[in-house]
Amino acid sequence: MPRLVLSGLTKAYGRLTVVDKVDLTLEEGEFVSLLGPSGCGKTTTLRMIAGFVDPTGGTIAVDGSALSAPGAVVPPERRGMSMIFQSYAIWPNMTVEENVAFGLKLRKLPREEVKRRVAEMLGVVKLDKLAHRYPAELSGGQQQRVALARAIVVKPSVLLLDEPLSNLDANLREEMRFEIRRLHDEFRITTVYVTHDQAEAMATSDRIAVMNAGRIEQVDAPHLLYTRPRTRFVAGFVGRTNLLEARIEGGILVLDGVSLGPAGQAGLRDGPALISLRPQAMTIHDAPPAGDGLTLEATITERTYLGESWDYVVRPNGTNLKLRAAAAPLDAHEVGRKVWLVIDPRQVAVVE
Amino acid sequence: MSDTVAPAPRPSRLRLLEPVTFLWIALIAALLVLVAGPLLKMLVVSFEMQETGEFTFQNYLTAYGRQRYLDALRNSLLLGLLSAAISTIIAVPMAWAVSRTDMPGKGFTWAMVLAAFIMPPYLGAIGWILLAGPNSGWINQVWRALSGAEAPLVNVYTFTGMAFVIALHSFPLVFIFVKSALDLISSEMEDAANILGGGTWTTMRRVTLPLVWPSILGGFILIFLETIALFGTPAIIGIPARINVVTTQLWQFFEDPVRVEVAAAYAIPLLLITVGLIGVQRLLLARKGFVSQTGKGGERREVKLGPWRWVLFGWCVLVAMLAVVKPLAVLLQASFAKAWGRGFSLDNLTLRNYQFLLFEHDMAPHATWNTVWFSAASATIAVVLALLVAYIVVRRLMRFGEALGFLAMAPFVIPGIVMAIGFYAAYAGPPVSLYGSALLIILAFAARFLPIAYANSQAAIRAVHPEMEEAARILGSGRLHAIRRVTAPLLKTSLLGGWLVVFIVASRELSAAIFLVGPRTRTMSVLLYDLTEQGNFEVVSAFGGILLVITMAIVGIGMKLVGRDFMLRRE
Repeated sequence: MPRLVLSGLTKAYGRLTVVDKVDLTLEEGEFVSLLGPSGCGKTTTLRMIAGFVDPTGGTIAVDGSALSAPGAVVPPERRGMSMIFQSYAIWPNMTVEENVAFGLKLRKLPREEVKRRVAEMLGVVKLDKLAHRYPAELSGGQQQRVALARAIVVKPSVLLLDEPLSNLDANLREEMRFEIRRLHDEFRITTVYVTHDQAEAMATSDRIAVMNAGRIEQVDAPHLLYTRPRTRFVAGFVGRTNLLEARIEGGILVLDGVSLGPAGQAGLRDGPALISLRPQAMTIHDAPPAGDGLTLEATITERTYLGESWDYVVRPNGTNLKLRAAAAPLDAHEVGRKVWLVIDPRQVAVVE
Repeated sequence: MSDTVAPAPRPSRLRLLEPVTFLWIALIAALLVLVAGPLLKMLVVSFEMQETGEFTFQNYLTAYGRQRYLDALRNSLLLGLLSAAISTIIAVPMAWAVSRTDMPGKGFTWAMVLAAFIMPPYLGAIGWILLAGPNSGWINQVWRALSGAEAPLVNVYTFTGMAFVIALHSFPLVFIFVKSALDLISSEMEDAANILGGGTWTTMRRVTLPLVWPSILGGFILIFLETIALFGTPAIIGIPARINVVTTQLWQFFEDPVRVEVAAAYAIPLLLITVGLIGVQRLLLARKGFVSQTGKGGERREVKLGPWRWVLFGWCVLVAMLAVVKPLAVLLQASFAKAWGRGFSLDNLTLRNYQFLLFEHDMAPHATWNTVWFSAASATIAVVLALLVAYIVVRRLMRFGEALGFLAMAPFVIPGIVMAIGFYAAYAGPPVSLYGSALLIILAFAARFLPIAYANSQAAIRAVHPEMEEAARILGSGRLHAIRRVTAPLLKTSLLGGWLVVFIVASRELSAAIFLVGPRTRTMSVLLYDLTEQGNFEVVSAFGGILLVITMAIVGIGMKLVGRDFMLRRE
């Protein structure tokens, strides 16, 4: 039985629908991110799962029992979940230890057990030496660890995280990303993680649900989301891409009269189609490459050096297309040079 | 960590109705009783015949039918304008000096402004009678001794004298308004004018002052309104000087036979003027682009004044002398004197006045106790009510929560004296017959100072992130448990601050109290006024001294527990 099932979950404020018929299923122990730009409804979805926002429609079920249906909602305190907030929400009037023990005490566990489990948990997040400090005496990263410990120590049925890393600086953010994944691998708690940062979602998640304008556009494993985006929005939001008008003729993708080979996905009809071509799907060569890959003659029109890579804009000869292509730092080509562009057809995706 | 633990109990029943709905209804009821009821009753009474309750316009004809009553209205408006003007002249240079310049003695100036703010205005008035009474006032005695002249140099029993005394205790409002606006302006605004060739004086006049114009005007309006609603000083100085104003005239309508309906009709313009001007003030302060809200990030440097800083400091010292040091000194002298006119000599010293008040006077100890517990009770009611309303409004728990907030803020635009008449009209007589009871006064004080408590609670709750509470709830604690364990401890200090401020203003409240006290419920302020009418200034001064000691003890506690400037924070 799946751990968490959202079906047709909807939230509307008056005529404005912020979450629109969201369906999502999480298996036990799964880590799923809700990824999307601000205002896409991901936080509202999370807060509906938590019980802080009452849905207008649809249901939420945990382990098969309904927590929320229109007009009848279980309050957050009886959902057996826990949550990590954007502001951490560490209570400044309690020590680290008291913060972490709060949920266990509410569960009426014997005092020795509370003590033992808090100590264990603080050890796991490497805060054992700071147990008696107050939050004001902790750094941002340490506060974040307290929030993690406080949420995980109660072994929630579902763990919810609301942009937990957005207040940290870049280095710390990267470190905490792995910390969150490590804790998940250790405890296997079913987790819903809200973020607008795709790198964060990629690094932590088993699956990512990309949201836009209140709807889920695609749910997939991170690498599939990148190589096989299903909609224009997903292709553009996850990584950079070239969105191109092409045609499908007899199952073959044709771009400006150039055949790109058979379309990868099944069930596509002939006619106009939008394709996503990743900059990393192309390689640029000074001379005609050997081998029988898909090769186009092209001209470099712009270039930008980004340190980790070159960002070229190339125009296939005989077309007006502008394609962005990435190249390694040592692959320098002058603007105006004629080059040969090799496209990996496996990384071409037809999107809606 | 291999233990299995039952997750927090699963849904046993579904939530249909939040208990907050019932709370909302209770709060609406409380606010109607405290705010809307008295006001509506006053309005109704103003259109009724006293005996029969028939509808009539007669009360308005009576209230405005005599030249004397119309003169009082005109006097009030003039007095308000004059006091506000003097206050502004006093306060703006001080605010500029403290906020923007390198004037010495800023700490001293702050302390003096705070002292002028804390001192009940009627005590200042009494002090100034001792200083500038035409015959035996200290200033005139010294003047006669020095110049040999017959005529007095200054006379407090005049229109300007009264306006001056009022201004000396209202100017802190302008000071706080203007200073907090000046504090927001970054020095770069002035630098930009300097680099284009503007000197210090031009820059101040053309750039700095215009940026804070709305605050100056806002402070001016507030003082105007405070003045026209003020009872103590006009009664203590104005009645002997035969200067009649609206508040003293209202008081006369309450002398036997009590004509509440005429008083109600006569108070309506006071209410309308206040509501209108507060609206104007809000509009002024809300105009964007005028007030500089952007400067906060910028660097702030003090303007170097050179020798001029001593001129400004001199001004601050002068104001401090007139508003605080001199009145306090003569009050203190009188309170320890056998006869205050005999001056500072050892054989004139006595503790008689205090001894008389504390141990022999039939009313004073009782009035002191009344003041303490009325203030404490009304502060508690106001803070609890304000806290609940602010919680519902800030956390958006109810769809029409703002209605509660509006009612809680409404007394801000009701002059205290009007509120007192409303309470009298609504609750003094049958069916509740609360006249002369402690409850009536406590409720009136609580209603009158509800906006102070509400503004305070609102700011306090805003400062506690809602996620603090949500974090407790998702871990399994109910809303009330979360409030008790998480929110309440975080609010403690600022709520205490709000409670103390309400306590202090309630303990010196006179204009509302004078209409509502009965023989057993006299407060210190009312008794002080009664003693003034008897003209025994030594005893009056001693009683004022006791009141000041109580106030200062509370202020001291507040500074220690809440922070140095908890009284002067602008809401």
